[in-house]
Amino acid sequence: MNAGLLAVWVILGYLALLIGIGMLSSRFGRGTSADYFVASRGIGPVFLLLTIFGTTMTAFAMVGSTAEAFTGGVGVYGLMVSWSGLVHSLCFFLVGVRLWAFGKRYGYVTQIQFFRDRFESNGLGLVLFPALVGLVIPYLLVGVIGGGKSIEAITAGALPAVFAATKGGIPFWLGSGVVCIVVLIYVFLGGARGATWANAFQTLVFVVLGVVTFGVIEDKLGGFQKATAMVAEHNPAHLKFGASAEDHAVFEAQMAAFQAGETPIKPREPESIPPLIFLTYFFIPFSVAMFPHLFQHWLTARSAKSFKLSVVAHPLLMAVVWFPCVLIGVWATSAVFEGKAVIPPDFANANAVLAVMVRKLAPPVLGGLLTAGVLAAIMSSLDSQFLCVSSIFSNDILAHYVGHDRVTDRQKVFAGRVFVILIVAITYGLGLWLSESRSVFTLGVWCFTGFAGLSPLVFAALYWKGATKLGAYACVLTTVGLGLWMCWQSDFGAKADYTVFGMMPVAPLIIASTAALVFVSLVTPIVSPKTLERFFGKQHAG
Amino acid sequence: MKVLLGIFLLALIVLHQDFWWHDRYTPLIFGFVPISLAWHVGISLAAGLLWFLAVTLAWPHELDAVEAEGGDQ
Repeated sequence: MNAGLLAVWVILGYLALLIGIGMLSSRFGRGTSADYFVASRGIGPVFLLLTIFGTTMTAFAMVGSTAEAFTGGVGVYGLMVSWSGLVHSLCFFLVGVRLWAFGKRYGYVTQIQFFRDRFESNGLGLVLFPALVGLVIPYLLVGVIGGGKSIEAITAGALPAVFAATKGGIPFWLGSGVVCIVVLIYVFLGGARGATWANAFQTLVFVVLGVVTFGVIEDKLGGFQKATAMVAEHNPAHLKFGASAEDHAVFEAQMAAFQAGETPIKPREPESIPPLIFLTYFFIPFSVAMFPHLFQHWLTARSAKSFKLSVVAHPLLMAVVWFPCVLIGVWATSAVFEGKAVIPPDFANANAVLAVMVRKLAPPVLGGLLTAGVLAAIMSSLDSQFLCVSSIFSNDILAHYVGHDRVTDRQKVFAGRVFVILIVAITYGLGLWLSESRSVFTLGVWCFTGFAGLSPLVFAALYWKGATKLGAYACVLTTVGLGLWMCWQSDFGAKADYTVFGMMPVAPLIIASTAALVFVSLVTPIVSPKTLERFFGKQHAG
Repeated sequence: MKVLLGIFLLALIVLHQDFWWHDRYTPLIFGFVPISLAWHVGISLAAGLLWFLAVTLAWPHELDAVEAEGGDQ
C-alpha cells in the first residue's frame, strides 16, 4: 500500500470515529433544544478547557501558522500567540464568566438574546444577525480551505488512476466536502454535547500529534540544532522579527549559489515586521470576546469555577501547539533531505507546507495521523460554528419572531439544521472559488478583525451602564461599514499586506467602533432602571 | 490586588514589544530556538502565571452563587 493510500485509510478511520462519538453522545441527549444547543449547561472544567481551546484553534493554528512562518519567519509567534495568550484569557476572565452567569440566570442560548435584553432592542438582533453570520462564513472558509488543502497534499499518490489531475491525491472539492459532511453528521447527532465531546477528543489529538510530528521531523532533518543551523545559513531573516542589510546580502549570495547549482535551497526574500504592525496585532485577539461559537461554549459551563482552568491553561496550550508549527514552517524554508530541498523552489502554496513536510519526512502512518490532527484542529472549530449558526437562526430569528411558545423544540432544531446546511453550501462554494487565491492566514485575520471591531460592544454591555441602544447600533454599523470598506480596499483579502496608516486594519476599526459607541451613548438615553438592575444589580440601577 | 495584576498585564504588553531582539537571532536557546522566539514563549508562560494569579486573587466570587440559583429562570 502506498503512503498516500495509507493516509486515506487513516483519515477515513478517524472520520468514522468522530461519527461514532456523535452517535454515542446522542444517547445522553435529553431531547430538548437547551440540551441540543448548550448541553444543559453541564460541562466541567477539563472538557470546557479542551473544547474552548479546540474551538479557538483551527486551520489557522496548524496550517496557517506553518504557512506564515514559512513565508515570513518566527515573528508570527509574536503576532499571534504571545498576544493571544494575554488577550484571550483576559476575555475569558472579564467577558466569558459574566456572560455565562447571565446566560445561566436568564436562560440565554445565544449572544443576540443577551444583547437584545441588555439594550432593550429587538432591532439590534436584526443588525447583529447578518453581521455575526457574515463573519462566521470566512471563519468557516478557513477550515474548509485548510482541510481540503491538507487532505489533497498528504494523500498525493493515493489513487493516481482516479485523480490524475492531483497526482493521485484526494482533490480539494472532495476532501473539503467530506469534512463538511462528517462535521454536519456528528453535530446533528449530538448537538452541543456531541460537539464538546468531539472537540475535547480532537484537541487532545492535535496537541499530541503536533508534538510527535515535531520530534519526527527534527530527527529527519538531523536534529534540532542542524535544522535551525540550515535556516541560519540560507534564510537567517526567518529566525528574526526584522531583516537587516546583512540579511539582504546573505539573500543575494544564497540566490547566486542556488542559480549556480551549488545548493538546492532557493532563499526566500527577507521580510520585516514593521513595529506598528507588531503593536497593532494586539487588537486581533479581542475577537474572541465576540465569537458566537465561543459564547455558546461558555454557556455550556456547569459553573463559574469551571472557567478557571481555561483562563490559566489557554496561553500554555497555545504555546504547545504553535511553537512546533512555527519552527516546522521556518525549518521548511531551508530543509534538505537526501540531497534535495524538502519544499521545492518556487513552491507557491504555503498552506500545504506542513502537509508536504509530513509527507516527505514522516512515516506514512504518522502522515495520516497528523492529517487527522490537522483535521481535528479544523473540525473542532467547524462543529462549534455550525452549531452556533444553527442556534442563532432558530432562536433569534425563527422562535423570536414566530413566538417561542409556537415553535416546538423539535422544530427549532430542524430549522437550525436546514439553515446551517444552507450556510455550509455557501461556504463550500466560496471555498472552491477562493482556495487558490486566498491564504488561510489572511482570511483568518480579516475574520478576526471584524469580530474584534464588535468587541467594544460586549465590554460596554457588561461594564458600562451608560451604554445605550443607539450606541450599540452605532458600534455594530460602524464595524460593518468601515470593516467592509477596508476589506474591499484589500481586494477581499487578496492584498495580504494591506494596512491603514501603517497599522493593521483592526486598530482603526476598533478605535472607530469604540468612539461611535461612546459618543452616541453619551448623547442618547440609557436603558430603563429595571434593565440596569437586571444586569448591574440594585445598587447601580438608580 | 487588581491594580497589581493590571500592572503585571501592562508590563507584559510592554515586554512584548521586544524591539531589542528584532535584529538578531542569537543566542540560540538550547542551541536551536532563536532568542526572539524564546522571549515570546517566555511571554506565553508569564501570561499563564498572570492568569493563575488573577483567578486565585481576583476571582469574582459573587458569580459562584449563580450556579446555586438553579438558573434558566
